[in-house]
Amino acid sequence: MADHAAHTDGHAEHKLEIFRGLVKFKSNTQKIWGVLIFLSLITIVEVILGYIKPDSLNGHILGLKILNWIFIILTLVKAYYITWDFMHMRDEVSGLRRAVVWTGVFLIIYLIAILLVEGEYIYQVYKNAAVSFDF
Amino acid sequence: MDTTVAPTGTEGQTWGGGSNPLKASYGKMMMWFFILSDALTFSGFLAAYGFSRFKFIEEWPIADEVFNHFPFMHGTDAPMFYVALMTFILIGSSVTMVLAVDAGHHMDKKKVSFYLLLTVIGGLIFVGSQAWEWKNFINGEYGAVKTKGGKILQFTDAEGSRVALHEFVTVGERPVDALANNEGIWYQSDDPIGSTYTIDEVRKGFAANPDLRIRTQVLQVDAETGASHKTMLSREESLFKLNNQAVGVVEGANLSENEYGAPLFADFFFFITGFHGFHVFSGVVFNLIIFFNVLLGTYERRGSYEMVEKVGLYWHFVDLVWVFVFTFFYLV
Repeated sequence: MADHAAHTDGHAEHKLEIFRGLVKFKSNTQKIWGVLIFLSLITIVEVILGYIKPDSLNGHILGLKILNWIFIILTLVKAYYITWDFMHMRDEVSGLRRAVVWTGVFLIIYLIAILLVEGEYIYQVYKNAAVSFDF
Repeated sequence: MDTTVAPTGTEGQTWGGGSNPLKASYGKMMMWFFILSDALTFSGFLAAYGFSRFKFIEEWPIADEVFNHFPFMHGTDAPMFYVALMTFILIGSSVTMVLAVDAGHHMDKKKVSFYLLLTVIGGLIFVGSQAWEWKNFINGEYGAVKTKGGKILQFTDAEGSRVALHEFVTVGERPVDALANNEGIWYQSDDPIGSTYTIDEVRKGFAANPDLRIRTQVLQVDAETGASHKTMLSREESLFKLNNQAVGVVEGANLSENEYGAPLFADFFFFITGFHGFHVFSGVVFNLIIFFNVLLGTYERRGSYEMVEKVGLYWHFVDLVWVFVFTFFYLV
């Protein structure tokens, strides 16, 4: 009866593999706990790195500290698993997935790129220009 | 007159996808698109924060110094630990929510209501923690003075550890008596000085303690390690700055002043965490509504717990936003 209900409420079977099939869970509940452990590990790594701030990660790549790149990448990894497994994006059809994710990702990258470049430009004018308020 | 539209072969159909386009119900799909638009709103705020930070990249406050409190551990320096705990609380409540959704798929009323209750409790703890963070930030810890140009000067001892105003400033004579509570009118505030100490009292205390130095908000990069720290002034430079450029005392943070550095930092902090906290609060309200609906058997009768799933999407989104706020306000 319970199984019957799960099939008739319009929800397809859950996909139970994460890490491209490297880890496969037996049930949806088990997958939820697995993802929780993974997200907690990432958060712990972030906090440890943020507390120690190792000097070896102070170099810059593309104008940003390596440490900050690590934080941003780990954050995107967390966002992926929250969206894919907690919000069940993994189980939706690709049309819905693309309509939501591609739209957001494209607009956000565009916005961030423009604003950060502009911020950096204003900083340079304040710092180096002959007239500090002439943009 | 022949005004009919050319037949397209789709007459009588709602649209190409039937009533369940993209194999998601109308409500669920629209929740996804609402979340997309809300995500763009938050991105706008966070990108504006990034813009301001890049604009003042050399003098932005160091988050570790601002948020270093932990409940019941007064006076210990615990940077970020409390926000990390808040992150775990919110991820935890996301897990209970997704467990409730899963129980809903199995039409298990008891489990759904139990997990929803846990989710609500997690959300309330999070909002409470947020309020506590705000309280610490608003009250401040050390106090500072501001210059004519709106920059912040902080006090340290000769080794560079921070010194609070109350450790070296004494309150002098006050020419006016403040109105007592029973004398004023409710909208009247009587605070002629605006802070505990006047700038002259700070100057006096500073002159009397030769160990004291001033730290500006300008960050300097250590050539060897690449780590950045605030600029320390010598005793002479400190005296010169304090006596010639300081105009007022700043205690704590609000929308126009911030003892930790740029007021913009405080503005963005209050606005973004406030907007996020409002989302958490409204999420708790939605969760409570469906919790009572579950108890009343509404979804049992409807034959589907999809409403739990839709509200769950919103709740996970709130968690998702927090992951980014945590990174950009506290870590980066």
